[in-house]
Amino acid sequence: MAYEYLDHEADVGIRASGATFEEALAEGARAMFGVMTDLNQVGRSEEVVIHCQAGDLAALFVECLNELLFQSDTRHLLFADFQVTRLTHSGAGYKLEGVARGEPLDAARHDLWTEVKAATYAGLKYEVGDGRHVLQCVLDV
Amino acid sequence: MGKTIQVSDQLRVVQTEPYIWEIPPHGEMRVPGRIYGDQTTVDHLVEDVQAGKSWNALVQIVNVACLPGIQRASLAMADIHPGYGFPIGGVGAFDFDEGVISMAGIGYDINCGVRTMRTNLSRAEIEPKKEDLANALYRTVPAGLGSTGDIKLSLKEVDKVLEKGAEFAVERGYGFAEDLEYVEERGRIAGADPDTVSKKAKEREFNQVGTLGSGNHYLEVQWVEEVYAPDVADAYGLFPNQILISIHCGSRGLGHQIGTDYLKVLEAASRKYNIPIRERELVCAPITSPEGRRYLAAVNCGINCAFANRQAIAHLARRAFQDALGVRPQEIATLYEIGHNTAKVEEHDVDGHIKKLVVHRKGATRAFGPGRKELPTAYRDVGQPVLVGGTMGTCSFILHGTELAMRETFGSALHGAGRTLSRQQAKKRFWGGDVITELAGQGIVVRAHSKAGVAEEAPGAYKDVEEVVDIMHNAGIIRKVARLRPLICVKG
Repeated sequence: MAYEYLDHEADVGIRASGATFEEALAEGARAMFGVMTDLNQVGRSEEVVIHCQAGDLAALFVECLNELLFQSDTRHLLFADFQVTRLTHSGAGYKLEGVARGEPLDAARHDLWTEVKAATYAGLKYEVGDGRHVLQCVLDV
Repeated sequence: MGKTIQVSDQLRVVQTEPYIWEIPPHGEMRVPGRIYGDQTTVDHLVEDVQAGKSWNALVQIVNVACLPGIQRASLAMADIHPGYGFPIGGVGAFDFDEGVISMAGIGYDINCGVRTMRTNLSRAEIEPKKEDLANALYRTVPAGLGSTGDIKLSLKEVDKVLEKGAEFAVERGYGFAEDLEYVEERGRIAGADPDTVSKKAKEREFNQVGTLGSGNHYLEVQWVEEVYAPDVADAYGLFPNQILISIHCGSRGLGHQIGTDYLKVLEAASRKYNIPIRERELVCAPITSPEGRRYLAAVNCGINCAFANRQAIAHLARRAFQDALGVRPQEIATLYEIGHNTAKVEEHDVDGHIKKLVVHRKGATRAFGPGRKELPTAYRDVGQPVLVGGTMGTCSFILHGTELAMRETFGSALHGAGRTLSRQQAKKRFWGGDVITELAGQGIVVRAHSKAGVAEEAPGAYKDVEEVVDIMHNAGIIRKVARLRPLICVKG
């Protein structure tokens, strides 16, 4: 598990790492859904492709998390994992395509914890060092 | 008085009144910071800075003071704790023509707030039936992650919710027109333009009208334990041992999506208009710019959505009371409804001039004093009710706004207890099951969709609501009317 939760009084901070930006982002997505439920209980029968874009990679992290929340909320799915399938960079910024896998929310099988309202720019960081890419932000719960 | 705490080279906090501490302007601050608190409040704030915590409320107060057009002071109410951009318990009022509207001053749960309703029942009548009543409420009011509501809307109907707020809910048969008189803005704020809200945000709202959500949202059945101001209590229709119902929730997925959608818009606007912001979360736009106008119109939609939501839940609560106790819906009236994550266009006296302002209240409540035209006729002589909830198991308060509040805080006050432990810390220290058992021992029935949620909201994780209320009361900003104790808590 390459993510951890940070102490924040009212909300939840997440800090995720990986060998690449894409890996760190994937771990960040897991960290976020790990606030909502026990990921071990969530299967991977459904796939949703998502697209997002932003001016810089840190903002892309937040954008991606919020897009996953939107999909989760409107399709009533919980996502067990996420993978970036394409990441492109142009003058305008970054575009990302990815696949989220999960299953329909089921109160009988899933421990339902706290709803995440949004990923915010608070505490937003993207750092690279010692071969590790680290992404961090605060989730509004 | 005059006690000074030197926090760092440039940053110091000076006590100017028994319960008021100022941060004199330094660096880019355009106005001072002003904190309503006691020694403990300030010590806690200073400790966070000195511990080098990444998010700390004192620095957030300073950052808000740097924004263009801010009037008088960057205010912090007694329940202050770190938020994002603005602190929770933060109030920032901006000149309409020269100031900015900031997302951080509103947040993602637009118009999260509290409605309190009053009944003719007394505690003695309810006690023997509280388990039945708790079950009826738990069954009737959807709550918790993934829950959906009774009201299923089409996209066109969502637009009506955004324009008409609680009025729409009443038109659909949820509650009574009389309720609206006792809701801020009469349950429908002007200037809401559904075209400024994305289709995505509306899609999130489809199934969520009339749902409680989770986190610190709740529905409580309470009783009046003590009356402090009999005259005001009379005006509000309160009496000792009276049973009240309080609903705490907001604009649900729609509010969250509006926040997410406009984060990008406002970030671009901050750069376009060269607005220096000290933290990325403080993205904002000049109020009169196209971006600022659009955002305000979208916020108004979010405000209306929360109004509709609480009106619907209030109706469901009435239904549960009828099912369990045979109480007719007409016997339950709305005492008042307040919001505590909003930006509102208001007129205030600033240095002898009446100015049009946008007042951001983030985790802070409007607290208008006597004589304001915005108040219902029945309350205009005494000031508006201010509803302050403690976390479950602790007490809540009803207070009233004052003229002093109008002069000092733009008619604003605190909203709740304020947290002291993070959710992570709370979950390590408290076990949901134990909390529920302990509260049961105190005669409080808890029905929760999530035990982890209960642990996060445990009384030990919050400041003492009585302490923070006393600070604001002693400072004269709001005055206590009644103290309430919970009997039943329904949590998402």
